[in-house]
Amino acid sequence: MAAKRANWLMRNHKWFERHSLILVVGILVVVSIGGIIEIAPLFYLKNTIEKVQGVRPLTPLELAGQNIYVREGCNVCHSQMVRPLRDEVERYGHYSLAAESMYDHPFLWGSKRTGPDLARVGGKYSDEWHRQHLIDPRSLVPQSIMPPYAFLAGRPVEVEAVRADLAALKALGVPYTDEMVAGAAEHLLQQVDVDSDFEAMVDAYSVVAGREGTVIVRNFDGAPGAPTELDAVIAYLQVLGSFVDFSTYEAGDVANRR
Amino acid sequence: MTDRSPEVDDHSGTETTGHEWDGIKELNTPLPRWWRFIFWGTVIWSVVYWILMPAWPGLPGMSGYTPGVRGHSDRANVAADLSAAQASRAEFSQVLLARSATDAVRDPQLLQFALAFGESIFGDNCATCHGAGGGGAIGYPSLRDDVWLWGGTMDAIEYTLIHGIRSGAPNERANQMPAYGRDGFLKPSEIDDLAHYVRSLSGLEADRQAVARAAPIYQRECVDCHGAEGRGDQTRGAPNLTDAEWLYGGDYAQVRTSIYEARAGVMPNWDKRLDPAAIRAVSIYVHSLGGGE
Amino acid sequence: MGANEQVRSSGDPSSWAVAITLAVMAAIGLVAAANAHDLAFATHMWMVVAAAVVGLQAILVWTTNSDPEKRFDPTYYDDGIIKAGIAASVFWGLAGFLVGLVLALQLTWPNLFYFPDWGFTNFGRLRPLHTSAVIFAFGGNVLIATSFYVVQRTCRTRLAGGLWPWFVFWGYQLFIVIAATGYLMGVTQSKEYAEPEWYADIWLTVVWVAYLLVFLATIWKRREPHIYVANWFYLAFIVTVAMLHLVNNLSLPAAVGSKSYSVMAGVQSALTQWWYAHNAVGFFLTAGFLAIMYYFIPKRVDRPVWSYRLSIVHFWSLIFIYIWAGPHHLHYTALPQWAQTLGMTFSIMLWMPSWGGMINGLMTLSGAWDRLRTDPVVRMMVVSVAFYGMSTFEGPVLSIRAVNALSHYTDWGIGHVHSGALGWVGLISFGALYCLTQWVWKRERLYSNALVEWHFWIASIGIVLYIASMWVSGIMEGLMWRTYNEFGFLEYSFIETVSAKYISYIIRALGGGLFFVGSLIMTYNLIRTARGDVREEEDAVQAARPNLQPAE
Ligand code: HEC
Ligand code: HEC
Ligand code: HEC
Ligand code: HEM
Ligand code: HEM
Ligand SMILES: [Ca+2]
Ligand SMILES: [Ca+2]
Ligand SMILES: [Cu+2]
Repeated sequence: MAAKRANWLMRNHKWFERHSLILVVGILVVVSIGGIIEIAPLFYLKNTIEKVQGVRPLTPLELAGQNIYVREGCNVCHSQMVRPLRDEVERYGHYSLAAESMYDHPFLWGSKRTGPDLARVGGKYSDEWHRQHLIDPRSLVPQSIMPPYAFLAGRPVEVEAVRADLAALKALGVPYTDEMVAGAAEHLLQQVDVDSDFEAMVDAYSVVAGREGTVIVRNFDGAPGAPTELDAVIAYLQVLGSFVDFSTYEAGDVANRR
Repeated sequence: MTDRSPEVDDHSGTETTGHEWDGIKELNTPLPRWWRFIFWGTVIWSVVYWILMPAWPGLPGMSGYTPGVRGHSDRANVAADLSAAQASRAEFSQVLLARSATDAVRDPQLLQFALAFGESIFGDNCATCHGAGGGGAIGYPSLRDDVWLWGGTMDAIEYTLIHGIRSGAPNERANQMPAYGRDGFLKPSEIDDLAHYVRSLSGLEADRQAVARAAPIYQRECVDCHGAEGRGDQTRGAPNLTDAEWLYGGDYAQVRTSIYEARAGVMPNWDKRLDPAAIRAVSIYVHSLGGGE
Repeated sequence: MGANEQVRSSGDPSSWAVAITLAVMAAIGLVAAANAHDLAFATHMWMVVAAAVVGLQAILVWTTNSDPEKRFDPTYYDDGIIKAGIAASVFWGLAGFLVGLVLALQLTWPNLFYFPDWGFTNFGRLRPLHTSAVIFAFGGNVLIATSFYVVQRTCRTRLAGGLWPWFVFWGYQLFIVIAATGYLMGVTQSKEYAEPEWYADIWLTVVWVAYLLVFLATIWKRREPHIYVANWFYLAFIVTVAMLHLVNNLSLPAAVGSKSYSVMAGVQSALTQWWYAHNAVGFFLTAGFLAIMYYFIPKRVDRPVWSYRLSIVHFWSLIFIYIWAGPHHLHYTALPQWAQTLGMTFSIMLWMPSWGGMINGLMTLSGAWDRLRTDPVVRMMVVSVAFYGMSTFEGPVLSIRAVNALSHYTDWGIGHVHSGALGWVGLISFGALYCLTQWVWKRERLYSNALVEWHFWIASIGIVLYIASMWVSGIMEGLMWRTYNEFGFLEYSFIETVSAKYISYIIRALGGGLFFVGSLIMTYNLIRTARGDVREEEDAVQAARPNLQPAE
């Protein structure tokens, strides 16, 4: 019996062993199946991403901040994905929804928590705290092992460049309007200047969000002059996890189960 | 060399396949029985798991996935876990909220509960600014001493926590010292003198003449908040300048900067992040740290 | 050695083709550099231009100075490229281990190893440098070198493609240099193990297609009727990595610059990324290195592969099942649970197919177990296979959702990674490098077996310290994060868990340091071996000529 099966195996496996193209095609077929079955449904199953109000594309300043976050590799130490487990919800806040990262190209969920999760850090600390913490983490948290990012304070954000970033994201389906793309540089400057005419920018982003109060206009780094990378990173950190109004989110709804 | 007829390996007594590459041959040993056994075991286990749990996605055009007969949902589970946790604390939490904080701490069991609760919240939310154990840092007041900016009674602390200080929340504790230097209210030399004056209030080394020059300026500009003798004003969060405790440090440069720039530190409001019982518990915890009034 | 084939005419189309490719590359590089949107991109484009010019120059010098008849003499195996591959592997290995050590020290003593004004030495930028250097630069060069060696021997023919293998080799080094300098400048897509930006990704695609074609073409002209099992694994590795790389790196550059945005977002990008990264482990670090095992162990111990049938069954089941397991990296996340279930169950089913490789590797020693004693190189490879068995048992355990709820985000993952990476990938690579150096430089024996012995022990102790300390710190922090006090409130703040790992981090750094020292010893030994030196050693004779019977 076993010997018979073995013969069958040897006879037939000869096809793969003697014809490299058959072997290559065989491999390709075999390694394609799993990926297709797992990934494709995420695009067509409607309940993959919850319907929620408030999630909006990042403003130009916040986006610049996110890009710095990526550039500096903050994601290698910080997750942005609170799991639906009691201790995490108690420590960090409401578990993360798929909708909350739907405009992140790519996702920044992370895989290691050398530092705490940042998915809900928005509003937790003052700008001043972030400033001081990014420049010298151990001055505030003596046991911290986070690197210092003092150089962010001195570097101006490349204001004009941000238009291309918005345009690329728009092309990929992020709901920026043409006005948002065209006004990107101006919007970036407005967001750090409370004396500017920022209302139109705030309104535009509130409209896509479907809710008020998610855009913060402030001089994030406290320093006068052109917006710095420190402004951008803090602006980004200060909105993390703050878009969805969880008082209106039906966590118990069957449609929102996973 | 190739496709030779199988031969028998001396050591194992197993036939080879008859293939050879660069001197390497292959034995035709059958699959180990335990290997097959465990492999099929894992397959069967998987099939059972698929039946029990959400597992297979629908085809295009379908809307869902196989939900599994257990009706499992992580989100439902964590909601249940959290409400169970709340329920187990409810007894204490409700009493905590029903009574006034001052009253609540008279009950030793309740106090113990509140302190455990408060300490837990403090570690991840407050210690980052106020230091482990509430010792404070430059710009972040120590919560262990009996020096209070806005008042150290249980209720004052709780108010501070709920609304924050210069937090932007509607009922924030807001009081802004003018930036005398940056905004040009006073001349730099006057600020130099004032720094000496402020230091003299708490008995630190200071230039006598400068102190004398600054006295009238102080009386004109600062008494509103810090008081004629510099003892501060808790209703306005203005620090006492006569004690040895400094929010931003008492060396000359720091004091001068405080006057020149005005600091306006921000304490966030916690009403959006922590539930009322948690806020009450941290207030009690902070109050217990040593300096509560 | 392979017999005569008809000697190709001196026209040598491959050199022309490579030269034209380089010329095109230089032209594109020039245009891109001229229009560069940012400094990092401009730097990279100038590097591309410089590399192309140097390459063209080299081709010119070489074709004018070499005898066309002998250039790609089909009567000889191409061993020159193997030598280059060994050198590159050792170089990148040392670099990658050193950066790993720096990371370990940064996490232990942040005040000593961070510089506030230097972005490029920060942990966030060095970490991808480490992972890419060890996996792609060190591991990749080992895979390319061994695959080129093995495919020639097991097909009994010279490497196909004339100059193309050298294009693959140098093209790959260029990719590494662009990726590595990019990380230091902050150029990254943030996707783990796929961090290089779009232009590096495109370049790698070109190189990889060339690699696949060289490998396939060599198989096509083989003079053995059957394709050897090692080559199945190499092929699966090359083909699948191509597929993964292409899909996961789909992105849109924001400008003619170094920044691009992934086509996919959020949950879809998460699953695609972990489909990629998990199978980078499965096909780069597993299938590829299994190929190494399938050649070097039977060859070194001179025993037949234990079970042909197991080879077939575990090969196909391994590659089929591996692909499904990616979602085990996303347990309890916002990824729908049905996908997590598939990831978990396929990981469990992956256990036996993985162990099939281990069994075949270990049992190949039956009849030659004494070699463990006499040949430290064999011992290194066997212990490596044992580590493979261990990490492919640990992997399925970590895939169980209940376990992952604890282990995920912690150092346990880091421990698992390094038991696979240091134990399996590291040691099997060292074994292969010892064999290759001895063989391609045609030495009777290694310069010193005693030094191999030292390397083996130092590295093994280092690995044990590394993974044991990470198990301790990982499980500890996982437990601390979810410890409740008597009233049901979280007992520890996050920062307390950071402080609690301090001792473990010291031990990890020590372990990593030992591993690094071991690789320095290897480097020395390999250089001396290549130079033909032999160290007088008492028991070396026996180890070097194991096949000699004692003369009575
Ligand atoms: C080496 C790992 C590491 C890197 C890289 C790192 N951090 Fe951290 N981070 C930590 C650790 C550890 C803590 C906790 C201790 C502390 O508060 O400093 C932390 C804390 C934080 C916090 C406070 C979170 C909270 O809820 O208390 C923020 C915000 C933060 N980091 C942002 C960043 C940003 C932004 C970057 C990148 C520019 C970054 N981190 C890079 C390790 C890191
Ligand atoms: C972003 C940093 C930050 C965090 C986080 C923070 N605080 Fe504060 N806190 C401050 C600052 C700054 C002040 C002083 C403001 C001022 O200058 O008046 C302050 C003041 C206070 C005061 C008033 C002290 C007094 O003397 O009147 C109390 C009480 C307090 N904090 C408690 C807490 C507690 C409890 C928590 C956690 C739930 C917390 N703080 C979190 C920054 C912070
Ligand atoms: C409108 C109220 C107000 C006035 C007027 C005012 N201050 Fe203040 N002062 C504050 C408050 C509130 C703080 C707490 C620090 C902060 O802003 O966060 C403070 C803090 C300080 C500090 C820092 C104390 C420490 O512990 O580090 C100094 C020094 C100081 N004031 C000096 C002065 C002097 C000198 C003047 C007059 C020239 C003055 N202040 C006028 C409200 C006032
Ligand atoms: C049967 C085989 C294996 C399975 C099922 C498996 C499973 C897992 C799981 C579940 C994780 C995720 C841990 C977490 O983040 O929570 C993981 C991480 C990892 N494993 Fe394995 N593993 C296997 C074998 C290996 C081997 C042999 C290697 C290395 C040579 C390896 C390298 C890695 C790496 C690099 C990661 C880290 C990914 C990241 O988060 O960045 N694994 N593995
Ligand atoms: C001297 C030897 C080494 C040392 C000291 C070392 C150290 C480290 C450190 C400190 C980290 C970061 C862990 C963290 O973020 O907490 C890391 C990550 C990693 N290393 Fe190493 N490493 C070494 C060798 C290797 C080798 C040889 C490989 C692969 C072949 C490897 C693969 C990885 C991978 C894949 C990660 C990322 C793990 C993850 O994201 O889960 N390392 N290493
Ligand atoms: Ca990782
Ligand atoms: Ca990439
Ligand atoms: Cu995996």
